[in-house]
Amino acid sequence: MDWGTLHTFIGGVNKHSTSIGKVWITVIFIFRVMILVVAAQEVWGDEQEDFVCNTLQPGCKNVCYDHFFPVSHIRLWALQLIFVSTPALLVAMHVAYYRHEAARKFRRGEKRNEFKDLEDIKKQKVRIEGSLWWTYTSSIFFRIIFEASFMYVFYFLYNGYHLPWVLKCGIDPCPNLVDCFISRPTEKTVFTIFMISASVICMLLNVAELCYLLLKVCFRRSKRMQTQRNHPNHALKESKQNEMNELISDSGQNAITGFPS
Amino acid sequence: MSWMFLRDLTGVNKYSTGIGQIWLAVVFIFRLLVYMVAAEHVWKDEQKEFECNVKQPGCENVCFDHFFPISQIRLWALQLIMVSTPSLLVFLHVAYREGREQRHRKKLYVSPGMTDGGLWYTYLISLVVKTGFEIGFLALFYKLYDGFSVPYLMKCDLKPCPNTVDCFISKPTEKTIFILFLVITSCLCIVLNFIELSFLVLKCLIKCCLQKYSQRLKSSAQECHNLRYVECGEIGAPPLLQNRHSDLAISSPQRGETKLLFDTQEG
Repeated sequence: MDWGTLHTFIGGVNKHSTSIGKVWITVIFIFRVMILVVAAQEVWGDEQEDFVCNTLQPGCKNVCYDHFFPVSHIRLWALQLIFVSTPALLVAMHVAYYRHEAARKFRRGEKRNEFKDLEDIKKQKVRIEGSLWWTYTSSIFFRIIFEASFMYVFYFLYNGYHLPWVLKCGIDPCPNLVDCFISRPTEKTVFTIFMISASVICMLLNVAELCYLLLKVCFRRSKRMQTQRNHPNHALKESKQNEMNELISDSGQNAITGFPS
Repeated sequence: MSWMFLRDLTGVNKYSTGIGQIWLAVVFIFRLLVYMVAAEHVWKDEQKEFECNVKQPGCENVCFDHFFPISQIRLWALQLIMVSTPSLLVFLHVAYREGREQRHRKKLYVSPGMTDGGLWYTYLISLVVKTGFEIGFLALFYKLYDGFSVPYLMKCDLKPCPNTVDCFISKPTEKTIFILFLVITSCLCIVLNFIELSFLVLKCLIKCCLQKYSQRLKSSAQECHNLRYVECGEIGAPPLLQNRHSDLAISSPQRGETKLLFDTQEG
């Protein structure tokens, strides 16, 4: 089980996403997951080994490291990516349920005119409307919440997004206030800012997708109301025309019967 | 051999209920994936970074072994394996059904993967065993490590340590966070298993009750039909019944009515 399998899970939802959703999936997997696996993990690989405190007191380094890094950046990013990707599973489950119901109705013989066979049901792209629209919108909403929460947790835990090169630590068993040095602080800061920027972009994409979906629904509703408004006039015109046709045909018949045989 | 083998081996996705599929998603994404991409690395250098405030050789080794008889991460991995394997029972049962159909060369079951008859019991047993394993491992975790939190300092006075020494564990907060994550997902899986169990049992009970009720209706309808023939006499009854029961029908209609009542009450 690794990021590739998650990609397979989420990639399946790609078919039913909007274009913005597809861009979001690409950004997530290329600019965040790949960077995490290929680069960031190497940078943070030796973080505790190379965390050095200016003291020989055993245990001081452990305690100071634990105090300044309650959860490592790398782990937080991995959790963030997992949590942010999973709402898409809701959509995948809804689509699977919809297909299951369609297949059941097809087997009973109800939707034969809509689908050719069971394979057709599986291949058909499901449109984002009705209950699927609500599932999709809630998944985007949860994504935004998770992104924002993790960004806040990051900011709260590390007092910003910048890593200092020295930290002062005076926790027991350290004998006094000792200097502790973080390994590769600049490189870590660069990657932190990169990941936060990618997070912000993903959040903006999600907000844009949400607005797009809401606008689409409003537009559809206003179109429906417009056709309903025009439709009664149209119906009235049609019925008047029918009446006239009947009158003509009646008068015509009378005229015919009036002819001498 | 890797974790993907477990997923391919259990392959029970097709034979699960809806809740079973949610359980699979929780196990593979929130437990297995988190284990592989995050948790494993937290415990990577646990012994190297385990430090005791003493220079006595061997003291650190002995203390580490005393406090961590089995590493939390290994226990986590074992739990994941044990919890995934009862689903194999279902898989094997379906394979056995398919094998049987092939041997007899005719359709023996409505569908080999449908949970009815023996497969229902197998599915139920696999759920019970899964839940048992989950609870068992959580209890073991709690007993071995005196709770679900990892302290930053432990006092150790085992030989060859000269006196009570302070031993410091690496990354205790991060480990505590991941263990809590493990406990929460475990509890979620237990709840899902219980829901699925109750759902299966309720469904079966409802089906049984409905069957009994429809059988009762059928039998009472049949009785009513027979009695109606008896009372109609010459009009609608077959010749045999006509000769035997027409007298009865004419002479004692009330008894027929009471008989009908009695039957329905009995049925």
